[in-house]
Amino acid sequence: MNGLPLLSIAILLPIIGSVLLLLVPNRDGSKDGLVRNLTLAISLVTFGVTLMLWAGFDPSAGAPAFQFVERHAWIPAFGIDYYVGIDGLSLMLLVLTGFLTPLALLTSWESVEKHVKEFSIFMLVLEASMLGVFSALDIFLFYIFWDFVLIPMYFLIGIWGYDQRIYAAVKFILYTMAGSVLMLVAIIGLSWVHQSVTGEYSFDLLKLYELQIPAGTQYWMFLAFTLAFIIKVPLFPFHTWLPDAHVQAPTPGSVILAGVMLKMGGYGLIRFAFPLFPEAALYFAPLLATLSVIAIVYGALVAMVQPDMKKLVAYSSVSHMGFVVLGIAAFNMQGLQGASYQMLAHGVSTGGLFCIVGMLSDRRHTRQISEFGGLKTVMPRLTAVMLILTLSSIGLPGMNGFIGEFLIMLGAFKWDPRFVVVAALGVILSAVYMLWLFQRVFYGKITNSHNADLKDLSFREWAIIGPLAAVSIGMGVVPNLFLKPMEPAIQRLVDRVQAHQPLVVEKPAATSAIVAEVAR
Amino acid sequence: MISSSFDAIIPMLCVALAGLVVLLAEAFRERGEKMPIGGLAIIGLVGAGAASILLWNRNATSFGVVTADNFSLFVNLVLVAVGILTVIFSSQTVDRDKIPAGEYYAIMLFAIVGMMLMGQATDLLVIFLALETMSIAVYVLTGIRREQQQSTEAAFKYFLLGAFASAFFLYGVAFIYGVTGSTNLDRIGSVIAAQSMSGNPMILLGVGLLIVGFAFKVAAVPFHMWSPDVYEGAPAVVTGFMSTGVKAAAVAAFVRVFLSSLEPMIADWAPVLWAIAAATMILGTVVGVAQTSLKRMLAYSSIAHGGYLLAGLVAGNDVGKAAILFYLAAYALTNLGAFGVIALLGTRERANDDLRDYAGLFKSHPALAVLMTFFLLSLGGFPPTAGFIAKWYVFSAAIGSGYYGLAIIGVLSSVVSVFFYLRIVVMMFMTERDARPVPAPITTMAYVGLALSLVGVLYLGVLPSAVIDFAQASISTIF
Repeated sequence: MNGLPLLSIAILLPIIGSVLLLLVPNRDGSKDGLVRNLTLAISLVTFGVTLMLWAGFDPSAGAPAFQFVERHAWIPAFGIDYYVGIDGLSLMLLVLTGFLTPLALLTSWESVEKHVKEFSIFMLVLEASMLGVFSALDIFLFYIFWDFVLIPMYFLIGIWGYDQRIYAAVKFILYTMAGSVLMLVAIIGLSWVHQSVTGEYSFDLLKLYELQIPAGTQYWMFLAFTLAFIIKVPLFPFHTWLPDAHVQAPTPGSVILAGVMLKMGGYGLIRFAFPLFPEAALYFAPLLATLSVIAIVYGALVAMVQPDMKKLVAYSSVSHMGFVVLGIAAFNMQGLQGASYQMLAHGVSTGGLFCIVGMLSDRRHTRQISEFGGLKTVMPRLTAVMLILTLSSIGLPGMNGFIGEFLIMLGAFKWDPRFVVVAALGVILSAVYMLWLFQRVFYGKITNSHNADLKDLSFREWAIIGPLAAVSIGMGVVPNLFLKPMEPAIQRLVDRVQAHQPLVVEKPAATSAIVAEVAR
Repeated sequence: MISSSFDAIIPMLCVALAGLVVLLAEAFRERGEKMPIGGLAIIGLVGAGAASILLWNRNATSFGVVTADNFSLFVNLVLVAVGILTVIFSSQTVDRDKIPAGEYYAIMLFAIVGMMLMGQATDLLVIFLALETMSIAVYVLTGIRREQQQSTEAAFKYFLLGAFASAFFLYGVAFIYGVTGSTNLDRIGSVIAAQSMSGNPMILLGVGLLIVGFAFKVAAVPFHMWSPDVYEGAPAVVTGFMSTGVKAAAVAAFVRVFLSSLEPMIADWAPVLWAIAAATMILGTVVGVAQTSLKRMLAYSSIAHGGYLLAGLVAGNDVGKAAILFYLAAYALTNLGAFGVIALLGTRERANDDLRDYAGLFKSHPALAVLMTFFLLSLGGFPPTAGFIAKWYVFSAAIGSGYYGLAIIGVLSSVVSVFFYLRIVVMMFMTERDARPVPAPITTMAYVGLALSLVGVLYLGVLPSAVIDFAQASISTIF
């Protein structure tokens, strides 16, 4: 199995699949079986490949840091390579991507009726670029995938979204791009730093890890990278694109957006921003942690008062992803393990919540909480699954959400207990808004006659929501299955960063340095 | 020193000869007879391209004022590509608008001769000659639809302002001649370097006037006023030709003059060009947002792209020189493709270039909408297209010389530009179509041209290594 370039196969399969789709005759009907089945098959095979990666991955501490490495010269004049490889952290995110994409495609079978072929192509291209983001070890290659992800998502929101879709799509792409381009400047700057130290250009992440970057440069580059990532996460106060994008996106778009794309931000912080600029990172960590506890509480409070289910789940994402950033800011073993775990858990449970919201809105064409009530009597099965996902989202012990949040708070407590005091509020608030949502939608009497004859889960819907609920429980019961492969990777990152001292910044000096640079 | 060899001017000769043949063909054409005049033009351009490739690495010179170094040959190849694509896109416009084919193609070929000479000239006076050859031909092309008021107005504006700018340029040449006693670039360079003239007010005045002349042709702020009107008034294919060919030629001469003979004074002119580049990038994108006509929008986008090119010039390092060449190639393919689509959608009565005209294009012309999307993404600098690599390359040059500020202005302005490129995409894909005149059926030939552009855009975006190496080799022999 080692002979096969499995990683490239995983990235290329969806691309080849989308080319294949181009050749399939275009029958633009609501039930174009061929296109849909073919797309689903491709995404399932891709999932299979990511599982093969997992099976072939050596999680022992003595194994090479990056496995399944492939490297081909791409732009040799600037030391840019097609360089991919995965450690445990990347592996888990690849599996998450592989797992969620077929499920997201299945949710589209009812909700997406026009341009099914184009929709399928964009979904597959999106999957390929997300897989690329999580496996690139060349920072230029990483940026290409990172930036490219925006294009299919833009079209998914803009063409297949709800009423305000164009506004949401444009806001989404401009907001996230504004952050990314500054990171591009920093990436270019890094290659020049490498050039001035060693005499050759390099975008090789592992070589860039070894650079001693001057303090003033680290300061600004860390900010540039981090801005790109925290817009993606999104961290308060850069979260305003998220509710719009989520609410307007079609269900499969929301599932991928919440399930995978937000994780790109967390992954970027862990893989790039912190280990590349450890001193600046340690200096800024308290600021990030402050923003993240604000996000945790603010997201939860805003979620509580939303009349729209989808918006509620979107704001709950802001709150949950705040935990992820808190764990990253602590950057110790528990915090980082928790953050990584929380990313996976949030991907599964919030992905599931968006699926359920999508199913309800497919049936009723509304997502207003006040339109529902008493669904338990007509849809007992959906209610049961929703309860599982709700509890997982709240972080009930035994469910996946608990492990991540608990580890994060443990790590943060070791670092600075003050943040945990505030973050714990978020745990309570999440129980409030989720259980209140559950109560208003599913309990009580049916007050709206439209709800009286809603159908319960269909077979297709079981196929979507069943695996998500099962994995939610599974991750809570056997967390080590997922934590173990990530452990050596996280240990290495923690060692790398914690070997440094926080930057001692004399602000005027750093500012005048950049002013001098700008003035040149 | 003076060589009588004609080698260096062979590419220009090929194009000029083709122009003459085209004129003759038109003269002997019977009324109503169909003649593949565009084909003749393409033959001449292919010949020029082949000659440029054969001259590679030979550093041929002719008459002491024309050189065929790799730098100019790279520019020649870009111009050949511009020419061939323009001819391909023109056939439909020429038939539709009843433009006299012989005149049209001949003037276009003569303009290309002027452009090639601009890249190849090593004497300020010859550069001026080239500038005029190119400009006069382009003035005529702008107003080639004589019955259209807008077209004529555009041509007249362009001519008046262009004449002014040429005068400034000539005045600058005169000052530099007055101080250094020569118009030859090498000699000017050595005199300036030997006598460290950077404080001399006369030469500063001369350099300033040269900047005005070049900035006008590149459409850099604050000398950009003409370009939106002219780009809007000219037929879309001619606009595509101007926005790529004229810009490539002017930038090539700009780079040669400022990075060879005026290089010793870089500390004097770099801050000026820094300001011009920054203002050009900002104004081009910010004003572009407010446009509703696609041609005007792309005119402002083209101004902004001039700013990115100038950023490479300000950087002044080897990366910058190669980056400019790469950028020219990437930008030419992309922009020609975009204008090609606009030209194909026009009708004789209306240009159909309003943003509303593009509503629902994906439904009526899916292929054109997809092609246009690729070109717009490339203009906006998204991977995996040529535009992304080109932008990365120039900003890399700017950062390498320590101009972080310029790079940051550049990337942020490109985010703003994405906003208006996406407005077109929104129209094409996400808006319902309203009633509008149906354009003529699109010929296979036009699709071939668009496909060529797209292949180029993706090739430069996905496998840029060969062209990057080529661009680096192009600058290694000079400067």
